[in-house]
Amino acid sequence: MEKSSSKYGIKDLGKRLLLSEYFVLYLTVIYILILTPFIPRIFHPWNLKNLMSNTWPLLAVALGQTFVLIIAGIDLSQTSVMALSSVVGAMIMTSGVDAVLFEKSPMWGIMLSENGGLLAGSPLAVPVAIIAMLAVGLLIGLWNGISVAHFRMPPFIVTLVSMMLFSAVAIFLPKSENIRNLPDSYIGISKTTFGFFSVSMVISLGLAVTAHILLSRTLYGRRLYATGVNMKASRISGVPTKRVIITAYMISSVCAVVAAILYSSRLEMGRPTLGSTLLLDIVGANIIGGISLAGGKGKISWTFFGVFFFIILANTLNLLNLSFYLIDIVKGLVIMVAALLDVTRNRIQRTQL
Amino acid sequence: MGEILFEYRRVSKSFFGIKALNNVSFEIERGQILGLIGENGAGKSTLMNIMGGVLRPDEGGMILKGEPYTPATPAHAAASGIEFIHQELNLFTNLSVAENIAINRFPRRGSSPFINKSLLLKETQLFLESLQMNFSPSTLVEHLSPGERQLVEIAKALSTNADILLFDEPTTSLTAKETENLFRILKRLQEEGKSIVYISHILGDVRDIADEVVILRDGQVMGGGPMADFPINRMISLMVGREIDNIFPVKTVTPTEETVLEVQGLGETGMVRDINLRVNKGEIVGMFGLMGSGRTEFARMVFGVDPYGEGTILLKGKELPRLDPGASIGGGIAFITENRREEGLLMDYPILDNISLVSLPEYSAPLTRIVDNRKLYNKASEIAASLRLKSADIRTQSAKSLSGGNQQKVVIGKWLLQDPSLLIMDEPTRGIDVGAKYEVYLIMNQLAERGSGVLFISSEVEELMGVCDRIVVWSRGEIIREFSRPDFALEDIMRAAFRQGIESDLQREVPANEI
Repeated sequence: MEKSSSKYGIKDLGKRLLLSEYFVLYLTVIYILILTPFIPRIFHPWNLKNLMSNTWPLLAVALGQTFVLIIAGIDLSQTSVMALSSVVGAMIMTSGVDAVLFEKSPMWGIMLSENGGLLAGSPLAVPVAIIAMLAVGLLIGLWNGISVAHFRMPPFIVTLVSMMLFSAVAIFLPKSENIRNLPDSYIGISKTTFGFFSVSMVISLGLAVTAHILLSRTLYGRRLYATGVNMKASRISGVPTKRVIITAYMISSVCAVVAAILYSSRLEMGRPTLGSTLLLDIVGANIIGGISLAGGKGKISWTFFGVFFFIILANTLNLLNLSFYLIDIVKGLVIMVAALLDVTRNRIQRTQL
Repeated sequence: MGEILFEYRRVSKSFFGIKALNNVSFEIERGQILGLIGENGAGKSTLMNIMGGVLRPDEGGMILKGEPYTPATPAHAAASGIEFIHQELNLFTNLSVAENIAINRFPRRGSSPFINKSLLLKETQLFLESLQMNFSPSTLVEHLSPGERQLVEIAKALSTNADILLFDEPTTSLTAKETENLFRILKRLQEEGKSIVYISHILGDVRDIADEVVILRDGQVMGGGPMADFPINRMISLMVGREIDNIFPVKTVTPTEETVLEVQGLGETGMVRDINLRVNKGEIVGMFGLMGSGRTEFARMVFGVDPYGEGTILLKGKELPRLDPGASIGGGIAFITENRREEGLLMDYPILDNISLVSLPEYSAPLTRIVDNRKLYNKASEIAASLRLKSADIRTQSAKSLSGGNQQKVVIGKWLLQDPSLLIMDEPTRGIDVGAKYEVYLIMNQLAERGSGVLFISSEVEELMGVCDRIVVWSRGEIIREFSRPDFALEDIMRAAFRQGIESDLQREVPANEI
């Protein structure tokens, strides 16, 4: 008798853990505890710093994806937004490029010259560049949003096309060259720290907190969830569903721009292929966090845990000296398991009713 | 006394601490048609779901053919000879009638994986003929009317040789003729020795078809026995726990001369033609017509969810913009659609989120647009209480878990938060019980008293005659006749809807080839 009751206790605990919205967080903690004896370097200050600086940009871009996933959409074009905005920003603020490399750029003589970008050396260079980057994001988001909401095209196709199109533009403009010599103040965004805190952290966490409030407390958040779960009923209840959808895609792109700023300032260059390998991480982190692809379900804290888990996973696999390919294989399997867990959780929740 | 085939023994079941079934016992004999009636939320569906293996009882059990019966899954229940014909149809619309009926056991060519299509069609043809259903087995289900689909669902259940068939509101989407046909089939099945549980809100149907009746209220059996002992009045009083002398509330307010809605020359090719209609303050206007006569389409155009080709819609004298539900709501229109599942509710979300959806802007701060949750919750609770909504915590219980009548109350509650000046209700009482219907009528009256206009669409003439000041009759996209309260006569209204006796008047205005 005693034996069976303790068995049920464990089963119940397992179920409760699985159903908890902090499941991914628990999983991460357990994962770290298991691996610590094998790779004690995890807690080395240098590695912790590395972990953090990898987390912030990914968090920024993954947050944006969350908004689109909630309305049962997907934004594959975030990586192209990152690439194009980093190139456009750099073309405005760089203080000098190599004529040999850039002569053939369609922007040569218009925005770029041997003396640098449009506003090279001007104190306004950085703010104008950032505004221009945000504008690029807003426009691509608007393009995606209008295609989905007004022309009723499937989000997958719309953003797949945007991904191809704007990635190509990002490569075409600088003729596939990286644009270096960015102003110090721009590079400082990712380099400035105050002890434990860094500017990237403040920007990214600030964005997360804003997104959290937007989703959980505001009119827009309520309408976003409602649109995601039943668009017809929302429309009849006076929710401006088209505007809600377009705004979600614009938020997604703007978040990608914020990530682009963090990445490009860290790399000290505008890069035509920025973020091109990141798509799996962005969507994967959301799915691991528990954001449903079917729409209507998700929270910023879940995205945060998902990103954190993904970063720890990649970092530990790196520390284990696994090859690049092996790391991707493991990442792929983990996303697979996450999707499976999501389905299982839903099933358990349904039978518990 | 026939052989007892199935028995419920002291079955109880709770959800979220609310008792849905309390100590229910009754039995079903072989070859019997048992009517099961009760208000929404009385526990009928829960009881059927327990028999069908979807839910497990908390206490008590069941006996099937003398043996204890504990189905673990619906498949198990089906294998035991119990088939469930659901209220919502579970057909594959992209497959043919034959494929739907044979979905679990396609005839093969020998032992190969290939389907013997000609045999499938031939067998289904014979089977359908034996049921006197005359549609081709190769027709795709998406090309069938709702009534025909219901018949396919029934044929599918019958094809498995079940002993007990559970029908949950089978006639709501059937025409009178299809209903008659269904009853003939039920009678024949009864003669073949099958037992049938027939759940319906249409008490007249239950009286006509059932041998015995069981009445549920609040999860308990209130009475039961041979049909002859239960005239309709007695069934109603047992169901609702009080005598209802009049099933329609008395309307205390008379319409004013002030116009709320004025529609001029509204038209859309293939939908409606030259519609002129006026609804005054305090007036309840009924719209009657057959399915597809244009009344629903008209309502959707007025509210701004569907486009129209010509005409003007004036709300309190101001022209309404097209295709802008937001503007209609801002102007004070409330719209309760005929399909609450698809267009009325966020099924998985809590009741509170559903009730508050329309009014969120009024409860969010001016600049930050942060929603005042406490104020919203207080107001929504008030509305829920005034609607006598049966639920646990409205912040956590999902709309999905409510009964049909309570779901409808949530949809209505969502609009009451707005204090509308024009309420459009499309079939608001479909599939809900007598008590909930009465409450819906009461709400219309209260709104009329407060000076709102009400546009009430229904396929039941009796209820329109019971609550409306005026009834307009639709046919083929036009309003062809209007009746004011003193002239209400059931037969005249029906005749108008079927265009009998007015065809000749009409030909003066419309060329015959367009009719």
